[in-house]
Amino acid sequence: MAHYWQEIGALTLRWVRRLSREKFSMLFTLVQPMLFWLIFFGNLFQRAADVQVTQAPNYISFLAAGVVVMTVLNNGLAGGVDLLFDKENGFLERLMSAPIHRSSVILSRFIFVMTITSLQVLVILGIAFLFGVHPATGLAGVAMILLIGMLFGVGLTAISMAMAFSVKSHGDFFSVLGFLSLPMIFLSSALVPLTAMPGWMSVLAQFNPMTWAIDAVRPLILTGWSDALPHVGMAVVVMLIFDALCLYGGAKAFRRAMG
Amino acid sequence: MDRTIAIDVNRLCKSYDGHKAVDDLSFQVYAGEIFGLLGPNGAGKSTTLRTLITLLHPTSGSASVLGHDTVREADLVRTLFGYVPQERAIDRFLTGREHLELLGALYHLTKEEAGKRIAELLKLVELEAHADRPAKTYSGGMKRKLDIACGLLPNPKILFLDEPTLGLDVQSRLRIWDYIRMLKARGMTVVMTTNYLDEADQLCDRLAIIDSGKVKTIGSPAELKVALGGDIVSLTIKETARLGSLASALKGQPAIRAVNTTETGLDIRVESAEKALPVILEAANKLECRLDFIDYHRPRLDDVFIAHTGRSLKDAAPAEEHN
Ligand SMILES: Nc1ncnc2c1ncn2[C@@H]1O[C@H](COP(=O)(O)OP(=O)(O)OP(=O)(O)O)[C@@H](O)[C@H]1O
Ligand SMILES: [Mg+2]
Repeated sequence: MAHYWQEIGALTLRWVRRLSREKFSMLFTLVQPMLFWLIFFGNLFQRAADVQVTQAPNYISFLAAGVVVMTVLNNGLAGGVDLLFDKENGFLERLMSAPIHRSSVILSRFIFVMTITSLQVLVILGIAFLFGVHPATGLAGVAMILLIGMLFGVGLTAISMAMAFSVKSHGDFFSVLGFLSLPMIFLSSALVPLTAMPGWMSVLAQFNPMTWAIDAVRPLILTGWSDALPHVGMAVVVMLIFDALCLYGGAKAFRRAMG
Repeated sequence: MDRTIAIDVNRLCKSYDGHKAVDDLSFQVYAGEIFGLLGPNGAGKSTTLRTLITLLHPTSGSASVLGHDTVREADLVRTLFGYVPQERAIDRFLTGREHLELLGALYHLTKEEAGKRIAELLKLVELEAHADRPAKTYSGGMKRKLDIACGLLPNPKILFLDEPTLGLDVQSRLRIWDYIRMLKARGMTVVMTTNYLDEADQLCDRLAIIDSGKVKTIGSPAELKVALGGDIVSLTIKETARLGSLASALKGQPAIRAVNTTETGLDIRVESAEKALPVILEAANKLECRLDFIDYHRPRLDDVFIAHTGRSLKDAAPAEEHN
């Protein structure tokens, strides 16, 4: 067990070092658009968005939940990229030829991606706070938001890693990524509530785990526990099923790639 | 001499989507020797090594390292060797020292053990001065040295080197040969792949010539040359028009064992140069084929390679596109 932690600790430290060396700009490119969305987009569409439709005091407070979950989505789906590069340049082979637990590399990646995502979610909520979006459920609600974010993030990261292990080239990886993320966002309640969507769209959006995550996060920010709890309960169930499926697929892809 | 077997590869096959990368390969490596796998691009050298480092499962057949099966006892096998991959498996954003620290943790060394060994290794590969710079600032040769230091970090009984000197300048190559000899002197067993003849010839105690996934012959460089016997007569012929007819005229003559067309003329394997030369000159005269240069020598490793694979390693085209 001590060995296991030593491996995971060292591998996680490597991800942190990589991020701190070069990916600073990358971190920015990830956080920045989200903040822009929140601040400018939120204000811009203030007039267009009907308060009756969004059921929120202003569009920015409506959008906050969507932006939180979109950040989880982006980070999760990009979570396998570094492993893809490791696979392509042979570094993964070097790591896996060491006497480490087969799961250490993957676990270190999960820990890293989840930590970074949580920090970003906190930044987004912090900025939203400055703009007057005060979560109705307080700090406990924020903790619940992080939990839901992580539950969703685990499955997404697993999808991303599964793709990293199975694609033939990194061109494939990025096209599938782009192909996945846009419909995930637009066919969800991130930008408009389901009730305001055309019928076919809201049907499709209900099959999107992202919708469930957002619909649980939103009342945690906007209304309060009594309204949020049933949604949170459903979201947790949906996320657990989603994670189980993704982890199963991820484990299969990993075993195929690593013998 | 009775020698301990360090590595035993037994009828190993590995197919990728029906294409046989390694085809019924068997060889044994003795403890304490430098063993080479010599072959052209795509011969299956790296595939064989990847099986030995437990990262590929054989399609059939088996391999064992110090008596432990690479599939059934993979966890144990991974504690026995160090590995230097063919690609520069370097994280550009980490410094040399951080690479070694990471591996130290993966081999479960304590901080003190790791620190001590890292200092030794940096000194050995002469990277002390550059240890704290990110690897992206390293030259190709420095990266290769870091690669080798990484392979040595676990202080393994067995070291696998995949093309250790590929793309290095002459000086760096010679230095790495020296390291490898020194490791052998310390009692390490070294298994390396190469497609350089001089490297195989000068560095390896024994080697297996591999082509298209099959072992063509195994032995020490000297044995292989002696086994070939006779002499090699090399003809340089600028006028290539009559090359084909001269080759066919010579084939089947009693003094001639084999004729091979090269880029510059013909390489002819003969019983003895003294007996064969008159025959060759006569045939050339008859065909009015002008010989620009004649040279004969004892068999070299290149000749061994040609004799067993039917082509020269120097101009062997990749058997298949390699990506
Ligand atoms: N992952 C893979 N998927 C499909 N085919 C592969 C894979 N790896 C290797 N091959 C094929 O297996 C054969 C042997 O490859 P291998 O890498 O073992 O050759 P090699 O002797 O190491 O060559 P080189 O000198 O170029 O490194 C080649 O035909 C190659 O195309
Ligand atoms: Mg190779």
